[in-house]
Amino acid sequence: MSEKLLEIKDLHAGVEDKEILKGLSLSIGKGEVHVILGPNGSGKSTLMNVIMGHPKYQVTGGTMLFEGEDMTPLKTYDRARKGLFLSFQTPEEIPGITLENMIRTSMQAVTGKKSKILPFRKQLRATMEELKMKPEYADRYLNVGFSGGEKKRAEILQLLMLNPKLALLDETDSGLDVDAVKIVSEGVAKFHNENNSCVIITHNARILDKLKVDYVHVLMNGEIVEEGGPELVDEISRRGFTHIQSEQEK
Amino acid sequence: MAEKKKTYVEDIERTLYDIRNEDHSIYKTEQGLSEEVVLDISKRKHDPDWMRDFRLKSLEIYNKLPMPSWGPDLSDLHMDEITAYVQPDAKMTGNWKDVPTDIKDTFDRLGIPEAEKKSLAGVGAQYDSEIVYHSLQKNMADKGVIYTDMETAIREHEDIVKEYFMTLVPPKDHKFAALHGAVWSGGSFVYVPEGVQVDIPLQSYFRLNAAGAGQFEHTLIIVEPGASLHFIEGCSAPKYNVTNLHAGCVELFVKEGARLRYSTIENWSRNMMNLNTKRALVEKDGIMEWVSGSFGSHVSCLYPCTILHGEGSRCEFTGVTFASSGQDLDTGASVIHAAPHTSANINTRTISKAGGKATYRSAVKVTKNAPYAKCSVNCESLMLDNASRSDTLPTMDIEGDEADIGHEAKIGRISDEAFYYLTSRGIEENEARAMIVRGFVEPIAKELPLEYAVEMNNLVNIELDGTMG
Repeated sequence: MSEKLLEIKDLHAGVEDKEILKGLSLSIGKGEVHVILGPNGSGKSTLMNVIMGHPKYQVTGGTMLFEGEDMTPLKTYDRARKGLFLSFQTPEEIPGITLENMIRTSMQAVTGKKSKILPFRKQLRATMEELKMKPEYADRYLNVGFSGGEKKRAEILQLLMLNPKLALLDETDSGLDVDAVKIVSEGVAKFHNENNSCVIITHNARILDKLKVDYVHVLMNGEIVEEGGPELVDEISRRGFTHIQSEQEK
Repeated sequence: MAEKKKTYVEDIERTLYDIRNEDHSIYKTEQGLSEEVVLDISKRKHDPDWMRDFRLKSLEIYNKLPMPSWGPDLSDLHMDEITAYVQPDAKMTGNWKDVPTDIKDTFDRLGIPEAEKKSLAGVGAQYDSEIVYHSLQKNMADKGVIYTDMETAIREHEDIVKEYFMTLVPPKDHKFAALHGAVWSGGSFVYVPEGVQVDIPLQSYFRLNAAGAGQFEHTLIIVEPGASLHFIEGCSAPKYNVTNLHAGCVELFVKEGARLRYSTIENWSRNMMNLNTKRALVEKDGIMEWVSGSFGSHVSCLYPCTILHGEGSRCEFTGVTFASSGQDLDTGASVIHAAPHTSANINTRTISKAGGKATYRSAVKVTKNAPYAKCSVNCESLMLDNASRSDTLPTMDIEGDEADIGHEAKIGRISDEAFYYLTSRGIEENEARAMIVRGFVEPIAKELPLEYAVEMNNLVNIELDGTMG
C-alpha cells in the first residue's frame, strides 16, 4: 500500500438543510490515479467542492485528512497552498484579469515565492504550446469568451504550471471533441508521476487512455456503492449504472 | 460556518490631498452672490465690457432659474456662504521658481512639475480662483498651439474667445451654468491650429485651498480641422468642515477630422459639491474621447455631453466612479446624435461601498436628422456591501431612422463563484476580492494616464478580516 495522501472517512456534507454526501469514504495514495463514476446528481461535483472547501457546502460529519492533517478547518486558499487543485467542470469567467496574471499570482501564492517574469513567461509559453493553446490567450481575460475546449485547456495549463500534489479533475473532458480530449488527456498524463495523485470524474473513458488507472469508485446518491480496478470503467460503459442500482436493491 | 463580514475596501489614500496651506489669499469677495460681487470680480480681472455685461446677464439668469429638482440632494449648498472669488498671492508665471513656496510645495506634492518634465507638452496650475502657472513646450508654441489661462486668452486672443465662450454651454442651460457665467475665473484655453498633432498631453491641475470657497474655472479648447490633442485635467482639495463648491465649465470644439481626448481625474475632498458642466461639439468625421474618473466630493453631478454635429463624427466615453461613505456621486454621460452616420460608445463602471451612493445617469438622443446612428451603452455597477447603493438611470430618445442602439446594464456584487475560483488557486481572500474589483475597473483603468491608473489601483487595496458565506 502506498503512502496516504488524502483520507476521507464517513464524510457527510451538503448545502443548507440538504445532505448530499451521506457517509462517504475514500482513500487516495501517493502516485495513484482514481476514477469516480456515477450518474448525474449523485454528488460527484459536491465531493470535489467539499474537498476544495467551497464555502457554500457545510461538512456535518466525518473526517478529511490531507497528508495526515485535518483539512476541515482550512480555507480554500490554504488547501490550494497545501497542494490541492481543482479543475472545474465549468470554469468561471472573470473579466479584467488576464490568464497570465492569474497564473502568475497563483503560482506566487502557492509557492510563497516571487516568480521572475522572464522564466515564468518562458515556462508559460512552452506549456501553452504543449496544450496547443495560442499564445495570445495568455493576455486574454480569464475564460472570457473562451470556447468550452479552451476553458478546459486553460484549466490543464494551470494544473501543469501549479504542479499540485493532488489534482481533482471534474469532468475535464466533457463537451470536448476527440482531439481536445486527447490534448487534455496528454496534459494530465504529463502532470502525473509517482509523487502526485489524480482523482478524475468522467463520463468518457477516452480521457483515461494515456493514464494507468489504479482504482475506480462508483458514486450513487452520495455514497460509494462499488469499487474496483480499471475493468469497472469498461463494465459501466457497457452496462450503465442501472444494474449496480438494481444489485444494490437486492 | 464563519460569521459573514462585509468586504472592506480601503478608501483612496487622501493624506496627500488633505495637506492644507494657510490662507494667504490677497483678496476675497464677500460671501454670497450679488451684483456688487460680480462687478467686483469683473473689475479685478479687467474684463472687457462685453465680458462684464455677460457676467451681469448671467447673474440675472441665475436669479431667475430654480434649483434642479432631480438628482442628488443639494440642500447642503448655501450660496450665501460661498466665497465666489479667492485671489491667491501669486501672479501667473511661466517659471516654477516664481510660484510662491507654499503653492509650489502643494503642486510638488501632487507631482505636477515632475509629470511635466517626464510626459507632458504643457502644464497649467490653478490655485483657488487664479491660474498661477502655465507653460508650453516651445516646439508646440512654434506650431501655433496656444495654451494659456483664460484671462490671458481674453487679452491676447479676444476674438477667438468671444466667438466661442459659453456658446456651447449657455448660461440659461441650468442654474449652475448661469452661476458659472457670472463668477467664472481661471481655467485653461487651448487652441490647436489646423493639422497640428500635439502628440504628448497637456495637463491642467485645479486645486482649491480656501475653505468655503467656490472654484469656477472655465476650460475652452478648440481643435481645428485635422488637428489632435490629449488634454488631462486633475482636481483636488483639502478637507474642510464647510461646504466648498466647484461649478466649472468645459467647452470643447472638435472640428472636421480632428481628434480630442479629454481625461479627468477628479479627487475633490468630501466637503465638495461638484456641479460641473462639460460639453463637446464634434464636426464631420471628428472624434471625441472622454476618460473620466470620479472618486472624490460629497455630491457630484457630472454628465459630459457630446453633440455629434457633423456627419460621421464619433465619440467614446469611458468612466469610472467610486462612491464611499458620505458620498452621493451622480455621474454618466449624454450624447446627441445630430447628423447621419454618427456613432457613440459609452462604457462605465461604478463601485459603491460603506454606504456610498453611486448613480449612473445617461441620456442618448438621436434626432431625426441623424439616420444610421450607432450607439452602444454598457454600464456596470458593483456594490461591495449591503449598506451601499447603486442605481442605473439610462434614457434613450430615438427619432432618427435605421438607428442601431444597444444598451447593457449590470448591477451586482462580487461573484461568490469567481471568489471561490481564485481562492482555489491559492490566492488569499482579500487579494482575491481585490483582483475581482481591479478586474472590474480594468477596462477603464487601462485608458487612464499611467500615474492615475496607479492611483486607482491603490484605491482597491483591500483591508479586511472577513470571510464570504
